[in-house]
Amino acid sequence: MNSVAFLLIAIITLAGALAAAALPRLIHAALSLVVAFVGVAASFFLLGAEFVGLVQVFVYVGAVAVLIVFTILLTRREVTGERGINWGGAIVALAVFGGLLWTILKTKSLALPAPQIEPLTVKRIGEALMTNYVWPLQCVGLVLTAALIGALVLVMEEKREEK
Amino acid sequence: MDPTLQLFLIISTALFSIGLLAALSRRHAIFILIGIELMLAAANLNFIAFWRFGPPPQQPTGVLVAIFSIAIAAAEAAVGLALVIAIYRHYHTTSVDKLDHLKG
Repeated sequence: MNSVAFLLIAIITLAGALAAAALPRLIHAALSLVVAFVGVAASFFLLGAEFVGLVQVFVYVGAVAVLIVFTILLTRREVTGERGINWGGAIVALAVFGGLLWTILKTKSLALPAPQIEPLTVKRIGEALMTNYVWPLQCVGLVLTAALIGALVLVMEEKREEK
Repeated sequence: MDPTLQLFLIISTALFSIGLLAALSRRHAIFILIGIELMLAAANLNFIAFWRFGPPPQQPTGVLVAIFSIAIAAAEAAVGLALVIAIYRHYHTTSVDKLDHLKG
């Protein structure tokens, strides 16, 4: 693993996430979220999980980001009346960050280098999905179908009443 | 120096805290969803990092959990955004401060 690449990816990811959390305009935040997701996918590649990185790019950058942008466009009429930052939320987030950081830095056994591993091929993932994980796979398929039908019903209901 | 597990955990902690900040401090419903997505991405990063730094021989368990979690996150985003659109049609607002009709 390359430490320069790691540093670059970390900076891009955190900058994108901070912009997504702090920018006042919603559409800018959604586009910064794409940057953060690309950074997370790049760190998946760096960690040797190429398939998950690709899935991350397809699902998040391809689908979820487009979904968010569409929702912003559909609900745009409102002028966002954000009254500054909510300090309670900032304090809670900082406290969580501080606590977790203290725990991570205190745990000495976490400072281990990466072991040598055989590369995780798509063939191995596919075999695992089709043998040991076939029931979770079917359940996730069911959940996805139910969620998408539910989303459609939620959005369509109002239209039916209007007619 | 090669990046250690600690560095990846610190990055994912920072990502999680930024997501929490967005979810707690913004009033627009879509910003809250963006924060939740950031927190889910941080959790996935943790799964992959612990899988990568685990002792060999490795089972692909961490990778599979991350894949399932991405699928569930996609379902969650679809339902959440549909809820935002439905609420917007009813109340013509997406600010969570104004959606206090259940408060009594």
